[in-house]
Amino acid sequence: MTASTPQKVILSAQDVAIYYGTKDAVRHVNLDVVSNTVNALIGPSGCGKTTFLRAINRMHDVTPNTRVTGKILLEGEDIYAADQDPVTIRRRIGMVFQKPNPFPTMSIYDNVASGLKLAGVRDRKILDGIVEQSLRQAALWEEVKDRLKTPATGLSGGQQQRLCIARALAVQPEILLMDEPTSALDPQSTARIEDLLGELKKDVTILIVTHNMQQAARVSDTTSFFLIGDLVEHGPTDQIFTNPKDKRTEGYITGRFG
Amino acid sequence: MSMAGQLDLSGTRSQILRRQSSRKASNIFAGVVISICTLIVLIPLFAIFYYLISKGISSINLEFFTQSFKPIGETGGGMLHAIVGTLEMVGLASVIGVLLGVSGGIFLAEYREHKLVPWISLVSDVLSGIPAIVMGLVVYAMIVLTSKHYSGLAGALALGFLMVPIVVRTTEEVLKLVPSTIREAGLALGLPKWKVTLSVILPAATSGIVTGVMLAVARVSGEAAPLIFTAFGNNNFNADPRDPMAAMPLSIYQYAISPFPEWHRLANAGALVLIIMVFSATLIARVATRQRK
Amino acid sequence: MTERIKAPPTRLGSGGDKVFRGIIIFLALCIVAIFVLSIYQLVSGGWETFSKYGLGFFFTSGWSPAKDSYAALSFIASTVLTSVLALIIAVPLAVASAIFITEYAPKWLAEPVSYLVELLAAIPSVIYGLWAIFVMAPIIQGWQLQILQNPQLNAIPLLHVDIPSGRGLITAVLILAIMVIPYTASISRDVIRLVPRDQREAAYALGATKWEVIWKAILPYARAGILGGVILSLGRALGETMAVAMVIGNRAALPTSIFDATATLASVIASEFGESGGLQLSSLIALGFILFLLSLVVNFTARAIIAKLTPEGIKV
Repeated sequence: MTASTPQKVILSAQDVAIYYGTKDAVRHVNLDVVSNTVNALIGPSGCGKTTFLRAINRMHDVTPNTRVTGKILLEGEDIYAADQDPVTIRRRIGMVFQKPNPFPTMSIYDNVASGLKLAGVRDRKILDGIVEQSLRQAALWEEVKDRLKTPATGLSGGQQQRLCIARALAVQPEILLMDEPTSALDPQSTARIEDLLGELKKDVTILIVTHNMQQAARVSDTTSFFLIGDLVEHGPTDQIFTNPKDKRTEGYITGRFG
Repeated sequence: MSMAGQLDLSGTRSQILRRQSSRKASNIFAGVVISICTLIVLIPLFAIFYYLISKGISSINLEFFTQSFKPIGETGGGMLHAIVGTLEMVGLASVIGVLLGVSGGIFLAEYREHKLVPWISLVSDVLSGIPAIVMGLVVYAMIVLTSKHYSGLAGALALGFLMVPIVVRTTEEVLKLVPSTIREAGLALGLPKWKVTLSVILPAATSGIVTGVMLAVARVSGEAAPLIFTAFGNNNFNADPRDPMAAMPLSIYQYAISPFPEWHRLANAGALVLIIMVFSATLIARVATRQRK
Repeated sequence: MTERIKAPPTRLGSGGDKVFRGIIIFLALCIVAIFVLSIYQLVSGGWETFSKYGLGFFFTSGWSPAKDSYAALSFIASTVLTSVLALIIAVPLAVASAIFITEYAPKWLAEPVSYLVELLAAIPSVIYGLWAIFVMAPIIQGWQLQILQNPQLNAIPLLHVDIPSGRGLITAVLILAIMVIPYTASISRDVIRLVPRDQREAAYALGATKWEVIWKAILPYARAGILGGVILSLGRALGETMAVAMVIGNRAALPTSIFDATATLASVIASEFGESGGLQLSSLIALGFILFLLSLVVNFTARAIIAKLTPEGIKV
């Protein structure tokens, strides 16, 4: 992150709490995310980082008995306001999941185009252009350009995950949420995806949940440390990893627990 | 060697050995009895096939498929009227069966938290247990008694009602097999749930749904009981579903219980054709299932 | 650097979700409507009979279209009798074949046998009936003729032959048993497959023979599921119509000999419907309602047993 240019806050969580039934999984999180940065959410499993991530594009709407309180502002507008449509929010805030999940019945091309095609975009030229552009962004184009019409399930795991990234990018979200996107992949595929992030942040702001601290240190500009539902510490990645303010953060990153 | 032998510490070695040999004998005996029982179970299948082929095949010719019923006394004639009736009524029934069945399956699988789900599930189970003949009576009372007219449509309605629970159950099961991550991926692209369900989830479950529909088709295309009071049967060729219609199983029944050898001949040939139709549908269902794996 | 292509704006919001859900719920409720409509149509169609005879319709016998007088008891009794007798024959054979498929047969044999049993289940009722008329009935007629030639045998009430037609209780029971077997067998097979591996292995580890494992470990574990399956098969048998109607002889009376002609609820509906009207028609629909209730009770019982006693719900 370069400190020279003033950057705008694109996403702001204000006193966010998330409940499963009556149990609170995340408490009073306050977090500002600056545009065109990579932000890592770290913490031991069960700490609420994924729960928090899924609140950002309203994925909890589809799970019953889950409640989100507080405000999450996307460019100043609360995405949980009554007049906000979760479908529109999700188009502006995309998501990549833990395991690659390409649509099983669709070709590579259709997978990437699906977000636009199923939303009614018919223009072949635009679709072709965006499919190529998204696959290039995801560094997959060279590998699949000759077999765009073949089933997506024929790709390797690492390729499938990059396809899912391309699919998410094709609807051109402002923010991309990544939920441990490399946890199911081999080290080589992981490295390729990590390399991507630096390029991607030119176009999109990234929040990435990871259980791998080296990964967080390598790819992110800022890091947030979660512990049992609390956001313990948030700051520039360098600072969090070299000079954490909180004892618990220090304990975690030096490997004393987690 | 045997641990079971060691368990009984009171017996002498020879007693144990004797007991062991009797245990072995009863083991072999049970195996033989079970194999024989399985053979007995399968005998009727071969017997019925042998009967249908030996009695029916000689009557299956061009005339059988191109001619309709001929009056008593005349020889010849075919079952075109019944074949057309069955295809038409099963086709119409499938419209009802697929529409209500797939919708019901979608509701049970995709709206799992809705408070009506347990009720719909229960009613669907109960419907699958209602005898076909009762469903025929229901549609008779509902359609035929009020319109004073038997019709292929009424028959199709009864068959359709019978298809519904079968299609509901298989649709629900295969939709539940589609991983929830696929649903989430669709939603995360900013697609509304209905679009994800129709364009992503349903296509992923198509082969399974086809299996369910074909099983239902196989089941109802052999049903005569619900048609007695609805389609009624028709010895003349009729392709208009607003009028009484013949159907393969219904004609086979009527010919079989008649006293005329010439009609018996048609019944046998019809049965052979019907069983081939039904088995083909079952086969398609099986192939579709295999593709899913 | 190439220009970045902008994705066109899309207007698709979640507005359609409510509409779609509404349509799905409406269509799902149509399924409930079929059920409710069934009860309504059967009760109103049989109303003339119910209001004339009241509960007596259920509990008296004496069905006589000639006297325009109707009662259901003999049909109910015959229906239960034929179904139970058929199950007594079918269940041991069905369970044995299920054990054969799951425990004895090697894979290359288990698959085809399993498939053949499925085919048996797919044969339409009317074809079973056809085969019963032209193959089974003559054989049974042969037995009857032999009994008629032997007065001592004929004097035994259960074996007494009135008319050697080959059609009657025994023919219906046998064909019904053949028809129910694949149904019971496939449920039993599924239940036995659900028996956890450790149950088997624990027994084998004690040195039990294959048969002992089946008898002492597998069957006790699968008992509830098989019982549920048997009751579901009973539901099937109660409503089975065409094959039974074709060979049972259709006489409105309780059989006293295994060769007597009789009639079940379903068979009398199928065979008398054509020439009926007025009170007779209403009574036939009333019989349909009884059959409906009978299947309902049997199905609920079976599903309750399966839901309660099997470790995993077994879908049938």
